[in-house]
Amino acid sequence: MTAQQIIFLFVALFTLISAVMVVTTRNLVHAALWLVSTLFGVAVVYALLNANFIAVVQVVVYIGAIAILFIFAVMLTRRDMRDTGPQMNKNWWAGALVAALTFAGLVSLLQEWSGFSKTASDFPSGFDAMGLLGEALVSPDAYVLPFEVASVLLLAALVGAVYVAFNPRSGDSQK
Amino acid sequence: MNFWNDPLRVAAEWLEGIFAGWGMDAVAAHVLVVFLGVLLLIIVLMALDVFLVWVERKVVARFQDRLGPNRLGPFGLIQPFADIIKLIIKEDTTPGDADKVVYNLAPILSMMSVLILWAVVPLAPVMLGTDLNVGALFIIAAGAIGTLSIIMAGWASNNKFAMIGGFRQVAVMVSFEIPMLTMLMIPVIFSGSMNMNVIIQAQDPVPFWVLSPLGALIFLIAAIAELGRAPFDLAEGESELVSGFNIEYSGMKFGMFYAGELLHAFTFGGFWAILFFGGYRFFGLEQVSPFLAILILIFKAMLGYWVIMWVKYTMMRIRIDQMLAFNWKFLTPLAFALLLVTALVNALLASAPAWFYTLSMILANLFTGWIALEIARSATRSERERIEGVKKPVEAHH
Repeated sequence: MTAQQIIFLFVALFTLISAVMVVTTRNLVHAALWLVSTLFGVAVVYALLNANFIAVVQVVVYIGAIAILFIFAVMLTRRDMRDTGPQMNKNWWAGALVAALTFAGLVSLLQEWSGFSKTASDFPSGFDAMGLLGEALVSPDAYVLPFEVASVLLLAALVGAVYVAFNPRSGDSQK
Repeated sequence: MNFWNDPLRVAAEWLEGIFAGWGMDAVAAHVLVVFLGVLLLIIVLMALDVFLVWVERKVVARFQDRLGPNRLGPFGLIQPFADIIKLIIKEDTTPGDADKVVYNLAPILSMMSVLILWAVVPLAPVMLGTDLNVGALFIIAAGAIGTLSIIMAGWASNNKFAMIGGFRQVAVMVSFEIPMLTMLMIPVIFSGSMNMNVIIQAQDPVPFWVLSPLGALIFLIAAIAELGRAPFDLAEGESELVSGFNIEYSGMKFGMFYAGELLHAFTFGGFWAILFFGGYRFFGLEQVSPFLAILILIFKAMLGYWVIMWVKYTMMRIRIDQMLAFNWKFLTPLAFALLLVTALVNALLASAPAWFYTLSMILANLFTGWIALEIARSATRSERERIEGVKKPVEAHH
């Protein structure tokens, strides 16, 4: 076993344990913090795959924005910030079924793929993954359409959020 | 290749040779040497941090027309060690009903989020740490961990003042992350890379503060807000919140927050220097010796740190609504506009002669800043008229 495999196994175990803790802990803020460590584990997996940009963006977006938003939402919507809830609701079996099916589907799909059991080769020297990614995102032959559609979707969400929060009676922020 | 030209690599190869001589596996020896290198960097930073306590106290004393620590040792240099001994032997208290694990994890994460920033700092042309191709984004990612540590400290302390302080600090950090991220893109536009070392190398004839003075200024403002220093220290608010999110921490746990803040300020001084003032570059002096390059970087970082202290001890604290309005209604739109203008001018004048490019960039910056100030002025005037009623024109001639 190579050093990288050992590191991967540790990180994967850490991520999985954190993910299980997210759904089993009774304290909601603890669940959010375990979610942070799960997402961090995923970021480390990206870094192990040499995908530096995605790893850093994972930390910026998921930990810096989404997890903080979760924690805020939990803190601002509960009467008691140490609120605890039941671990499961009555749909737990459906969630478990979907997770198991997704896992089985991914494994069966990947086994068809020829690169499944190969070790990834290193990047050639001077390989600019960042530049290629940037060009692919704005090139008409590659991903410019999905990129723009995602931008429009985010813009619509932004406008929607402003509309929901805007109170037409007061007219502005003055209370 | 000798020691004085590339000290880290020579030392690393020497150590790896020794470890291999002991019969250690080559990969294990390499990992161990890298680990020792990181440890060395952290030890140097923490030693510097001790010194920063003294610097901060001396400088604030000068600003307030006092002498500062002057009893222990020459110029009071031993004072920080006395402070540390005091912090260590203080009782370590944990508030009742605190969430112990989260409570104890918060100061560690806070310190970590600062130390981790140094992973991408190029200390000298040959001393790079991690030569990461997304260095600029990495700064924001480390800041996200800092935000998390503060919300954890505020929540786990089980104290309403800590909680309010934590909320305020996180509001400041989440808000000012946006102008900061936008301004990080300006050196990226100029250099065409997010790699810190490439950004420094690209400032060859013209450092980026000349090309984008407004960008440098906005980055400094966002950095001060990210640090939670005055005028954005409303999380601390002694008069209403006692001390903010770290109110329940005692001894060295408080020390971690405090030392982390000082080192953070110094680090942002360093990033300001790297992104806009050429980092370790100083008229070719950095090529003489890597040690000289490190000294230049530390000098520039100290200069940035001094500016941050200067602002902190001169400005008054602003209220949270003023902070939010300043950020969301003025700084963020201005940062976006500046980014658009810079990208546009950069694309239009890509093949223009260097002097024309530089001059146009400066003029574009000044113009954007002037327009922003005019808009802000007219908006404030109409707001004042709305609240106070339109002032009747005063009879000017009597």
